[in-house]
Amino acid sequence: MLSVDRLSVRYGAVRALQDASIRVARGELVALLGPNGAGKTSLISGIAGLVASAGSVRFNDREIVALPTEDRIRLGLSMTPEGRHVFANLTVAENLRLGAAIRRDRDGVAADLDKYLTLFPILRDRLNQLSGTLSGGEQQMLAIARSMMSRPKLLMLDEPSLGLAPRIVAQMFEYIRLLKTEGVTLLVVEQNVMQALKFADRAYVISAGAIRHEGSADDLRADRRLIDLYLGG
Amino acid sequence: MDYLIQQTLNALAFGAEYAMIALGLALVYSIMNLMNFAHGEIIASAGYAMYLAILLGIGSPWLVAPIAIAAGALAAVLFERVAFRPVRHAPSTTGLLTALGVSIVVQNLFTLLISPRPRAVPAFSELSHTIFIGPYAVSLLQILELAVVGAAIAGLVLFLKRSILGLAIRAATREFSTVRLMGIRANRVIATAFALSGLLAGIAAIFIVARRGSIDPDFGFQPVIKAFVACVIGGFGSLNGAVLGGLLLGFLDVAIVALLPQQYGGLSDAVAYGIIAALLVFRPEGLLARRVELGDKEI
Repeated sequence: MLSVDRLSVRYGAVRALQDASIRVARGELVALLGPNGAGKTSLISGIAGLVASAGSVRFNDREIVALPTEDRIRLGLSMTPEGRHVFANLTVAENLRLGAAIRRDRDGVAADLDKYLTLFPILRDRLNQLSGTLSGGEQQMLAIARSMMSRPKLLMLDEPSLGLAPRIVAQMFEYIRLLKTEGVTLLVVEQNVMQALKFADRAYVISAGAIRHEGSADDLRADRRLIDLYLGG
Repeated sequence: MDYLIQQTLNALAFGAEYAMIALGLALVYSIMNLMNFAHGEIIASAGYAMYLAILLGIGSPWLVAPIAIAAGALAAVLFERVAFRPVRHAPSTTGLLTALGVSIVVQNLFTLLISPRPRAVPAFSELSHTIFIGPYAVSLLQILELAVVGAAIAGLVLFLKRSILGLAIRAATREFSTVRLMGIRANRVIATAFALSGLLAGIAAIFIVARRGSIDPDFGFQPVIKAFVACVIGGFGSLNGAVLGGLLLGFLDVAIVALLPQQYGGLSDAVAYGIIAALLVFRPEGLLARRVELGDKEI
């Protein structure tokens, strides 16, 4: 579904990502692991087109590296940015409507809205509340639901567990697993290595701007040396 | 009593005019961080469109008014496409200088192509008569102005709350790149904001022309300065603030002229700006703006 070849991202003179190549197959849940500043966010921002990148990004057999972000989203890609970035001055309902901005099937949108409000009941209670007043966990749920409202084929989540209470983190991973069972293909950036490996099918380890390792989640989990080396236990 | 009602109407009419222009400035500023000093030339474009319409034999105010509004929107979209889009990602001082450049170029175009001298635009003279509401004599023009401005603001609120593009404009004031992550085209959001600001400027131009009866190349300058002040009072970038600031400024202007003894009449601007300065000492961010600490930034 997604195949990234030798993608590089630089900010001025700083090389954030060098020749990264990854693949994500339909229906997979792939984790991107690595320490702070390793280039994980640069990689998915490059895939989403939020930062300028060189290399190749193929999505459903179509080269998209030259397309602006808007067009990539319209092809079925979605990204929930780190730090959630809900539209704080808009209500929960308005946030979700914007999530479905590119869709024209009113009935489908209404059905999806109901589906995600059922999955995240707290959002239904807060529909007319300004989203800036939600707690961190609620904002994360809103951000994910907002991404899902465009009915993406591939959803990229950047640090969905960042800054959440441990109990909420477990809940968040449960939601991500549910999305996967619904057939959504997921690429998840995580610092919470052990949790992520529990749910992922495969994982890539990024460090210092390059992919250092790839493998099945089970193999990675068993590889203490690798975890100590790149992921700090 | 009659006098009081008349002055209140005056204040509301001036305030409504300032609010229309200030809303346009605030709309563009809130998503682009661009202080559009060429907004006056959007107003002037609407004014000259009315002049040309009359020259071509279109005399009815009911035709001239929509032409002015359309011309305002068109001019705003054109300025954005030609001048502001190429410098969108440049520092905001570049945008400011671009706006000043557009303003100078367009003013000179009016001077060269039409005339440096005022031209009569008599489209609305038949509206400037007095009607009686009960026992009170009021100007028909002012009543119309208040009704139109009220409808325009209601329409704008509806658009910003109900339509996808309206929601996107509000969202873009804080989270522009996240709006793009929704698949909404940045160019459309910005062009729409400019078009709305041009519509409002066109409406303002109609009433300025109706009051003055003529236009000249720096027709839009004075109103935009007033609207800029209205934005500062209300809090820059806040749409509610722009309306509130515009109305306050209208009342301030009229109250000062009405209350200041005749021999001090020349001081009216000084008194108005003195009061505004005092207000800003207590609320430096304006009445309705969010307080943003230095160093806070949108990521």
